[in-house]
Amino acid sequence: MTLFFAVLFYLAFAVLLAGVGYKIYDFARTPAPLSIPTTPAPTTKSGVAFRMAREVVLFESLFKGNLWIWLFGWLFHMGLFLVLVRHLRYFVNDIPAWLLFIQPFGKYAAFMMVAGLGGLWARRFLVERIRYISTPSDHLWLALLLGIGMTGLGMTFLMHTDIVAVKAFFLGLMAFDIQPLPAHPGLFIHLLLVALLMILFPFSKLLHAPGIFFSPTRNQVDNPRETRRLAPWAAQIEKN
Amino acid sequence: MAAPEFEIPKFREFPTVPAIVPGAMAHSKPYVANEKVQEGIGLPTKLDDDWQVTHDKVIGKFGELLGKYRSLKVFMDACVHCGSCTDKCHYFIGTNDPKNMPVARQELMRSIYRRYFTMPGKLFPKLVGARDLTKEVLDEWFSYFWQCSECRRCSVFCPYGIDTAEVTMAARHILDSVGYGQKYSNEILGKVNKIGNNLGLPGPALENTLEGLEEDVKDDTGVDVKYPLDVAGAEVLLVTPSADFFAEPHIESLIGYGKVFHAAGISWTLSSYASEAGNFGLFNGDYAMMRKVAMRIREQALELGVKRIVVGECGHAWRVAYAFWNTLTGLGAGGNDPFAVELQKQLDPRYKQPSHICEFTWDLIQQGRLKFDKEANDSRIITFHDSCNVARGSRMGDFAGGQFEIPRNIIRAVANNFVDMAPETIRETTFCCGGGGGVLTDDLIELRVKGAFPRMEALQHVVEHDGVNFMATICAICKAQFSKVLPYYGFNMRLVGGVHQLVSTAIRLGDEQ
Repeated sequence: MTLFFAVLFYLAFAVLLAGVGYKIYDFARTPAPLSIPTTPAPTTKSGVAFRMAREVVLFESLFKGNLWIWLFGWLFHMGLFLVLVRHLRYFVNDIPAWLLFIQPFGKYAAFMMVAGLGGLWARRFLVERIRYISTPSDHLWLALLLGIGMTGLGMTFLMHTDIVAVKAFFLGLMAFDIQPLPAHPGLFIHLLLVALLMILFPFSKLLHAPGIFFSPTRNQVDNPRETRRLAPWAAQIEKN
Repeated sequence: MAAPEFEIPKFREFPTVPAIVPGAMAHSKPYVANEKVQEGIGLPTKLDDDWQVTHDKVIGKFGELLGKYRSLKVFMDACVHCGSCTDKCHYFIGTNDPKNMPVARQELMRSIYRRYFTMPGKLFPKLVGARDLTKEVLDEWFSYFWQCSECRRCSVFCPYGIDTAEVTMAARHILDSVGYGQKYSNEILGKVNKIGNNLGLPGPALENTLEGLEEDVKDDTGVDVKYPLDVAGAEVLLVTPSADFFAEPHIESLIGYGKVFHAAGISWTLSSYASEAGNFGLFNGDYAMMRKVAMRIREQALELGVKRIVVGECGHAWRVAYAFWNTLTGLGAGGNDPFAVELQKQLDPRYKQPSHICEFTWDLIQQGRLKFDKEANDSRIITFHDSCNVARGSRMGDFAGGQFEIPRNIIRAVANNFVDMAPETIRETTFCCGGGGGVLTDDLIELRVKGAFPRMEALQHVVEHDGVNFMATICAICKAQFSKVLPYYGFNMRLVGGVHQLVSTAIRLGDEQ
């Protein structure tokens, strides 16, 4: 099993990195030929950075759109964020003070995450409009994330696993020195689902994460009268 | 008004999100452009007899656009089906057709994107909602992408800023490129390219109209207000939607612009060659076409040697002028290439190029160069309808949101009775009039009437509670659309008018005493 998971995580990491890297490159190389920020929009670069920060941290537009989706979505994402930060402890030898400090928050944030996911999933069944737009993969993503959250919670609060060994396994992976992974069904499922998520990430709607930063309606400065933008293919038209 | 063949939505006491009615608007589609119309603007004249050929052309064009527009590429990938946009579209609220929910409209195209451009869609189409491109899909595109007015309201509420307008434009561009154009919009593009304006009004007719206007204003005020045409060396070139030249209530605003120029003593001219501010190239998502239409204005600005360009009351025209002219034609500032510099060195750098007529008038008011008899507007209780392209696709003045403040400031400066509609229906969350984006045609009247419903509901509220009897707006399409649909909801069609119509009523021309 150790070897299986070692190979799986090398693979998953490679796919995630290459896949998302390629998508970011692809987004970045595609020109935005026209000025299309959704106005009113900031007129300065720092204003745009602030707008983007509000979108990424507070989900400002979603807040304007629908309070329930915002509540569940924000709980899930912020929970996930804290949980991910907490998990850093499995990847560094010496745990810095701030990471120690965050440990209890990260532990209980898993409840936030699971509650948010539950709410989002409930809406896919209960709200007619959202039922209409949901695809099977939308449900499967929620199942996958809930699976990760529940198995994680299970290991934290119910069926403990040998986390020292888990840490040794991942530190070993990073040093190309495979260490034994504890045999624990909860851990196996947890890791399997995480690897699956990493592999599917670049081919899925999870691309909304890098995508938001490239969204022209949110990342453009509103200054078209002062600045002439010209995409290379548009400049070609000008020459004809 | 003949009895409509469809049900007009009823005003609700407590507006809630309607239940979906699948297929409610599946029958809606505009007339298809015939071969002559398509040929007139250099597009393929009809769908290929061999479906496979059309199929391959659609996918080819789709791929090309994905490489040209970051917006399209990101928007195809980023949607998570969260549902935030589902109840935001005026066409959904008015028709209850779930395919008029912005996400579902995008999905018509995204399902094809997934099938042909993503791995999961190629391997597991059912799982991720991907589907093959068929003639039926293309017909569905033609129906539902002509049920979007590209108003961008959905993009305000999307956590990733996905703008359905960009998706609609791409879909229409693809449809055009395989010979499946929309008659109304493409006919108009033919006219503007050939004659210089969307209405096909030739130079001599324009001259006659303006002369008549001068006489009318003289009779009315006793003052010789001029409406000059093709005057080389004028300070300002005014570019306005051609509806301003003859349609009601549009012409009242044109009269107002002339009075403002007169009272301020600034020389100006209209152009017969560039007699159109509107640019339907935007609606079809056709960059080259949009540029071609806009180039007429650049050419005239150079030929007439004007120092300033001012744009009249037109929503999408202002979006194109404000946000795109600098890119398309170099009409703006900050250019460092010879093409842009040629025009920009001619224009007066003390002013924003181009300026909106409301910016122009408001500047003069602030400088104290215009005087008003506000009482002249006292019979009016006024509200303001923010036009979508101005509200969410452009700006006025120096600060974000100037596009909301400046027109309201003007109204308050020229009239005593102003009241806003409900906050969730104005400013950045304003509802489209229901006729924007290339659907202002009688073959889509059901869509237009139903799409106006949210605005009509908000209007009804201020009519009832505040006695509003004048809805000012700064868009030619809004004015035409409201004139047509107001009666369906029991309002007088004259309830709509322009901001400069109000200016026109109250302005002191300065030489009467």
